[in-house]
Amino acid sequence: MTISLLRQYLHPYRSALWAVAALLLVQALGTLYLPYLNAQIINDGVVTGDIGVIWRTGALMLAISLVVGVVSVAATYLAARNAMGFGRDVRASLFRQVDSFSLSEMNEFGAPSLITRNTNDVQQVQMLVLMGQTMMISAPMMLIGGVFMALHQNVRLSGLLLVVIPVMAVVVGTILFRAVPLSRVMQSKLDALNDILRENLTGIRVIRAFVRTGYEQDRFERANEDITDVSLRLTRLFALMMPSLMLVFNLSAVAVVWFGGGLIGEGEMPIGDLTAFLSYIMQILFSVMMAVMLFLMVPRAAASAERIQSVLSTEPSIQDPSSPVPAPGSGSVEFRDVEFRYPGAEEPVLCGIDLRLEPGRTTAVVGSTGSGKSTLINLIPRLFDVTAGQVLVNGVDVREQAQEELWAGIGFIPQKAFLFSGTVADNVRLGRRDATDEEVWAALTTAQAADFVREFSDGLEHEVDQGGANLSGGQRQRLSIARALIRDTPIYIFDDSFSALDYATDARLRTALGRDPATRRANVIIVAQRISTILHADQIVVLDHGRVVGLGTHEQLLAGCETYREIVSSQIDESDLSGAS
Amino acid sequence: MASGPGTLGMTLPGSKARNFTGTVARLFSIMRPDRFVIVFVVIFAAISVFCNVLGPLLLGHATNIIFAGVLGEQLPPGVSQDQAIAELQRSGDTNQAQLLASMTLTDGIDFNALAMTVAAAVVTYGLGSFFNWAQQYLMAGVTQRTMFSMRRDVDRKLGVLPLKYFDSHPRGDLLSRVTNDIDNISTTLQQTLTQAITSILTIIGVLAMMFYISWLLALISIATVVLSLAGTLVIAKQSQRQFKRQWDWTGRLNGHVEETFTGHDIVKLYGHSAASQRTFEEANDEMYHASFRAQFISGIIQPAMMFLANLNYVAIAVIGGLRVATGAMSLGDVQAFIQYSRQFTMPITQLASITNVMQSGVASAERVFELLDEPQESPDPADPPALGRAVGEVVLEDVHFSYVDDEPLIEDLNLSVQPGHTIAIVGPTGAGKTTLVNLLLRFYEIDSGTIRLDGIDTADLARDELRRVFGMVLQDTWLFKGTIRDNIAYGAGPEQLRAGVTDEMICAAARSARVDHFVRTLPDGYDTLLEDNASNVSAGEKQLLTIARAFLSDPAILILDEATSSVDTRTEVLIQEAMARLQAGRTSFVIAHRLSTIREADVILVMDHGSIVEQGSHEELMAQRGFYYDLFMSQFAESYDEVSDTRTP
Repeated sequence: MTISLLRQYLHPYRSALWAVAALLLVQALGTLYLPYLNAQIINDGVVTGDIGVIWRTGALMLAISLVVGVVSVAATYLAARNAMGFGRDVRASLFRQVDSFSLSEMNEFGAPSLITRNTNDVQQVQMLVLMGQTMMISAPMMLIGGVFMALHQNVRLSGLLLVVIPVMAVVVGTILFRAVPLSRVMQSKLDALNDILRENLTGIRVIRAFVRTGYEQDRFERANEDITDVSLRLTRLFALMMPSLMLVFNLSAVAVVWFGGGLIGEGEMPIGDLTAFLSYIMQILFSVMMAVMLFLMVPRAAASAERIQSVLSTEPSIQDPSSPVPAPGSGSVEFRDVEFRYPGAEEPVLCGIDLRLEPGRTTAVVGSTGSGKSTLINLIPRLFDVTAGQVLVNGVDVREQAQEELWAGIGFIPQKAFLFSGTVADNVRLGRRDATDEEVWAALTTAQAADFVREFSDGLEHEVDQGGANLSGGQRQRLSIARALIRDTPIYIFDDSFSALDYATDARLRTALGRDPATRRANVIIVAQRISTILHADQIVVLDHGRVVGLGTHEQLLAGCETYREIVSSQIDESDLSGAS
Repeated sequence: MASGPGTLGMTLPGSKARNFTGTVARLFSIMRPDRFVIVFVVIFAAISVFCNVLGPLLLGHATNIIFAGVLGEQLPPGVSQDQAIAELQRSGDTNQAQLLASMTLTDGIDFNALAMTVAAAVVTYGLGSFFNWAQQYLMAGVTQRTMFSMRRDVDRKLGVLPLKYFDSHPRGDLLSRVTNDIDNISTTLQQTLTQAITSILTIIGVLAMMFYISWLLALISIATVVLSLAGTLVIAKQSQRQFKRQWDWTGRLNGHVEETFTGHDIVKLYGHSAASQRTFEEANDEMYHASFRAQFISGIIQPAMMFLANLNYVAIAVIGGLRVATGAMSLGDVQAFIQYSRQFTMPITQLASITNVMQSGVASAERVFELLDEPQESPDPADPPALGRAVGEVVLEDVHFSYVDDEPLIEDLNLSVQPGHTIAIVGPTGAGKTTLVNLLLRFYEIDSGTIRLDGIDTADLARDELRRVFGMVLQDTWLFKGTIRDNIAYGAGPEQLRAGVTDEMICAAARSARVDHFVRTLPDGYDTLLEDNASNVSAGEKQLLTIARAFLSDPAILILDEATSSVDTRTEVLIQEAMARLQAGRTSFVIAHRLSTIREADVILVMDHGSIVEQGSHEELMAQRGFYYDLFMSQFAESYDEVSDTRTP
């Protein structure tokens, strides 16, 4: 997964990647050449007393340092550009992919998860690409180059590496091997502590009312002890890391001097090579350490890459037909023997639905939770595809229409009124971009939103926070209704969009909708919980367990539909009915 | 050590903590119980630094022994060192002569002396690592104990903060203070304290050694270090600006992604995809440029430092080589010096990064202390009267209250509630119907006037004593992560807890709440775990569980919220029945949504825009033809009349 993601999205940068590799090779060669020259200074200059050699070699070393510096900067430049470009491209792909998703993919992943994938996960992989270019390429180069140079200096002394590298790998490996599961435990303890805390904050009134502060503090204390215990073990484990690594480093140096001394004594090695050898062994150990650290990053980034890839490889279940049929019309909607079930589900959500909804009429859909109301209306703009039967808008199956054209004829007001950051006017104009201020005000007036918008000191230019956080639920719902009204579409769908309004506003809004010529001639479909909201509908559809169990006016249904009567009586008591007259 | 981490921190730009030294001092005062351990940590750190500074000197000595042997072997047989020097001087090779004169040559390498030196180096390095580990081990204990007590302090504080604090601070912010910030402090303590000590000691030790070996080379090294520090600062300042830009754009981009994905259906249905795409591309591009620049500029630091280090290396090699050749320095000294110069740059870069970590750590500590210093609820009276079993008579006299100064909400409220009476609180959405609940339970304190419970001023009571009298069933059903049994048992009062809450009591409460049957249909019954996103328990069933909890607590006064959103009709009937049973024989304050409740209430409080606008029985209020009349007509009359019309033809 990780590899294929990297391969695909790094492809455009391959020449720059090769350039980074080449630059890093030059950097590694230069860095490794320096100790060799230093050995030369000692062997040919110091020991023999040739000051000319010392100066000349010194100048060469300086030149190489300069080259190494320039090359490193160039490599950093390219690496940063590659990694950030990679991140940008992946983000853009993800964003486009998610945009093409239909409701079922959105539900499958969930918006919060998709947001994380588009932000944090991309960031993770992007960091891996950045670090990977500099470290993953240069660490093995330094390792191989270092070993090569060490062998070149002295083969027998290089035997030390056979001992030192495994020792270091074992030390680091053991610590990490024990640390990884422990940090997982740590994370779960941290989550537990957070959970308790979150509960304490959300339930603060209940806790205080039930006088359970002490009890909650005990729970917190236990979680606190747990986390302290685990993190103590973890930090103590990590306390071993640096000292043992330093010990390996230092003892290697001591060993080089001791065994090197022997070799020098036997005349096997010039003394200057000792200093060079020390440098090489340090460079080798350092690159091994870097490689290990990098591998710690890989699993996390790989998990992120996997999460990204799974979004990218998910095909949207609903796509435009290859040759869409245009379907202009006044907004008739027809359900023909419609069945809908979620993939793999035993029971269908909707079954055997046959309905005709005509323009100029208001249809209300009622039923208890889980009866399939929302699913029914979601089929009209083709947010889901039916599993059997047909949904027709203007006489044409929605699956044969271009989605954008289908949607252009529908004013959809969702249950959860979602607003965007921007001004009030921006939000209303999302419905129709070229609407004039007068038109915006007209829509606001019908939606019963004009009054509170007028109360804002900056009126239409009032800034709405992301998600509409600075407005009340009722205000958000009214703005989202205005946003739909300004579109002047032949079909309006209200998905329980009055729930956050108080009864008075609800009533005023319904009256206004009844007077507005646009909604009067439109096909209006309302899902609602409140009986008062739907009393005046031309027809009421009663759903129960995915089937239509009643269809007619309020009076007809009261007389002939048991489920409807139950719903009504749950809101208005029998006693009230009798007591009223 | 005396310079302290604080002063160093101040020298760097971008400090975020407002009162750096004060906060650091307070942090240290929290660690006071561990002060002896900290003394040991410092001592161990010093020993470890000493050993690690001594090591290269010993290795240099070993090199000298080898070098002496190598040169000694080069002497022609039978020629002594003095003779060789004299010979060299005569031939004009003064450099070589001086080199020989500066050492004691041996005939071949003196392996005994070498073995001794190497053994000493092994021991030194061994001790160095051991004490380094020991001080980190001890410090881990100090850090974690400190974090434990900080978390406990914060949690205790949350227990005594007034509700006002929770209502006016975002939850995410509070959460992050207890988790992220304390975590950050922990990292800071663990890393910076010991690292700062070792770094500073190492710098001092290494400097001393370098000057001891050669003041000339030492000065060169210091010049390099100063240069690289200055360079780092310049680059860091540049990159900070770029990082800020990067974060700005990241924030904007993430905001847009969040918005678009959350409002996915609206974006698509309203044909907004293309425009949203454009906004995204634009932000994505800006972010690419900003982050590329930030990464590149900060990425320069490493090569630049490396270049200067290499420069330093070359300088030492050349000048050291020259001086060895002239006998002014030993080869071992040069080798040791090279190692020291490496050791010297490391603690300095470490100190630089520590200051960054420390800045953010101290800023975190400040945020935590800020929370700890928030004014808390006024203490309970010293000798509060015991309430015993309350009857449930509530009297409000001349009560004044406002959430914000100068915006009075409740003025001159007088209300007398007899035991067993029902008070209905009605009003449009957002009228502040929970205000009265806040005052009765003393979640908020009234500005003036008195609230009496069974004749006792509630301000004279201990809050816990007062709250035990009340039971609450609210619209947002707060249940914690745990079994259904534990959640119902949550309602138990102190006497019940002392006597032990039996399964029978829990089942009886559940039966009264009409939820016993449902619980028993669950596979795990009363041991079913309630999770945040539990799909096995619906919203309505959760509400029934909170009613069961209230039954168990058997309160004298009830606070009920009748709103039942997203509950299906059948469950709603169950909830109504259960609430009615719960109300029997208790004084109840009901945030009313149902006609029957309002009509049967003894007193109706009508609220609008946060304040109580009318008060009286249904008939009285209807006769007044005021706000209540309008509200009633718009809310209930329509459906009421029409339904009754159709039912009574």
